[in-house]
Amino acid sequence: MSNKYLEMDLLRFTTAGSVDDGKSTLIGRLLYDSKSIFQDQMEAIETASQKKGEEKVNLALLTDGLRAEREQGITIDVAYRYFATPNRKFIIADTPGHIQYTRNMVTGASTANLAIILVDARNGIVEQTRRHSFIASLLGIPHIIYCINKMDLVDYDEQHYEKIKAELVGFSAKLRTKDFRFIPISALNGDNVVNRSKNMPWYEGSTLLHTLENIHIASDHNHIDCRLPVQYVVRPQKDEYHDFRGYAGRIAGGVFKTGDEVTVLPSGFQSKIKSIETFNGTIDEAYAPMSVTVTLEDDIDISRGDMIVRPKNQPNVTQDVEIMLCWMSENPLVNRGKYTIKHTSKEARCMIKDVQYKVDINTLHRLENDNQIQCNDIAKVTLRITQPFFADKYKDNRNTGSVILIDEATNNTVGAGMIV
Amino acid sequence: MAKYQLSHLEELEAESIFVLREVAAQFENPVLLFSGGKDSIVCYHLARKAFFPANVPFPLMHVDTGHNFDELYQFRDELMEETNGRLVIASVQKSIDEGKVVEEKGINASRNKLQTTTLLDGIEEHKFDCAIGGARRDEEKARAKERFFSHRDDFGQWDPKNQRPELWNLFNGKKHFGEHFRVFPISNWTEMDIWQYILKENIKIPSLYFSHQRDCFVRDGVVMAKTDFIQTKPNEEIKQMQVRFRTIGDATCTGATISDADSLDKIIEEVAASRVTERGGRADDKRSEAAMEDRKKEGYF
Repeated sequence: MSNKYLEMDLLRFTTAGSVDDGKSTLIGRLLYDSKSIFQDQMEAIETASQKKGEEKVNLALLTDGLRAEREQGITIDVAYRYFATPNRKFIIADTPGHIQYTRNMVTGASTANLAIILVDARNGIVEQTRRHSFIASLLGIPHIIYCINKMDLVDYDEQHYEKIKAELVGFSAKLRTKDFRFIPISALNGDNVVNRSKNMPWYEGSTLLHTLENIHIASDHNHIDCRLPVQYVVRPQKDEYHDFRGYAGRIAGGVFKTGDEVTVLPSGFQSKIKSIETFNGTIDEAYAPMSVTVTLEDDIDISRGDMIVRPKNQPNVTQDVEIMLCWMSENPLVNRGKYTIKHTSKEARCMIKDVQYKVDINTLHRLENDNQIQCNDIAKVTLRITQPFFADKYKDNRNTGSVILIDEATNNTVGAGMIV
Repeated sequence: MAKYQLSHLEELEAESIFVLREVAAQFENPVLLFSGGKDSIVCYHLARKAFFPANVPFPLMHVDTGHNFDELYQFRDELMEETNGRLVIASVQKSIDEGKVVEEKGINASRNKLQTTTLLDGIEEHKFDCAIGGARRDEEKARAKERFFSHRDDFGQWDPKNQRPELWNLFNGKKHFGEHFRVFPISNWTEMDIWQYILKENIKIPSLYFSHQRDCFVRDGVVMAKTDFIQTKPNEEIKQMQVRFRTIGDATCTGATISDADSLDKIIEEVAASRVTERGGRADDKRSEAAMEDRKKEGYF
């Protein structure tokens, strides 16, 4: 059993939706049916449900961790949940679905491989479906599963499901994500969640859990464009490692091998990889998302914020970038305003040069003349940065294509940007 | 397994090492909170990996209630010696002696809550600007909402409704003078991950985790060790039992488990079959539904 555990891989997924979607019920069922809810947790929510005078055990209480959330019966923040099946480990980023929590959805989606979007079978595509799909696709989530939920309330009718599915196929063609799946479920009764539904013999696809367990995620990382942002310089100052200078960082893309020719940005100096060091010994190659320490053949001045790349495959070195920006602050974006910007291990200052358009995230229409960017708005923005950044397009690499903006007065993270 | 695909434990390890390196890069004077429990031991192991072949570039701080098991002190001192660790001790007894906190009275008296003051004083005294902790999101519902980089105001308080958004792997450790951060590198690990990792990496842990004979009694359905720090009620019978500890905290509030698991493999088997969370035996969490959230807001780890 132990050995098998060491071979499991990790899938991070996000679920967005409001309480009435049945999202909490769905998560509760995945946790419950995969035996990830413990007896004392179950007892605690049973007691809490009774105190509130509810008839059934309210599974939403499992995910709503803060006192204010329990009191108001809403999800305010991202909560992380964990469960495992024999082959795969899952991290759920459970996010609220209302429009005023777009920033939380963006946060949860930023690290996800997959998004589950719930569609109420009675209502079909609604505004919220469009919004969640757009955010998932904007954040570069490679796989989207549409769960057409509450099939029990439409008599498990195949025609009904097919009609909604056809609408979703038409709509999702406009999105950047390419892998879409559709599953008719009833989270309340458990149809097609973990167990196959006896009520929908016409559905020949996989259950939700089976899909989550088997979806191919190995190619979700970029293994082509070699990028190692230098995070920390390791200098042991010990006799046995007298001249050791190691460049520590997490591989953001590509595969680095011992002996590879590399270029260091921004200096442009070239060298070769002498060794790839880890605590457990040297290794021959390293790839995303490994954390390693590399040494180079030549003595070059390298510090945090520099990037090690291959000579023939370099990112765009530029001070002007265009981003899709999700604004996260109660204070509106200041046009021509100055912010701190972070990108990989690099930090600088930037100015908002231009707001090109705002996106109506319900209709996906561009609002060209609206440059008042408020909390939860998404806009295309041009930035001027004080120093050159080593930028990739977000669609090519989520690690080297993402930035955050920080308010210089409050130190708060106020914006999330994806380089276009 | 496909090439160029990390296993989930390797991916969690890479994430934690990344976070620890960010701490060293973004803060001037960080400290690793070390309780001698398995989670802080794993954090320390990850820190040693993150900066290898250099030494860990920050000290460890033990917030010592003075009510720990002897085995724990011995383990702590041996580990520091073997690994060249720098340890500072923040003593709850000292806080009591200085009159900063008042010891709880009564049968369920515990120094658990007093630790918060000692911890915050220790942070202030040594001018630490970041305290790294081994909290996991799967432990408790308030911890499920924690960020990796968690901002604390100049009173050391956590404001759960006003947390900084945390996107991708871009961690914002900016703060004003007097504020500090709590950083949780193993946020995404579960109890099972910790045990499997201890087995895989052959990490030493205190003997308390393995099954042994000990004088115990039962209170509110929880098996407690008999120690000098805890008063028993007349009807509480002291018996020798075969037990082990699933978590290790202050001896006054950490419950033991009846168990024969005397090896890591057996512990893992037991954890896999368990239907109760590891904090199920922690009296400190049972004080109210939001006990953890309330303590965290005040600055508890």
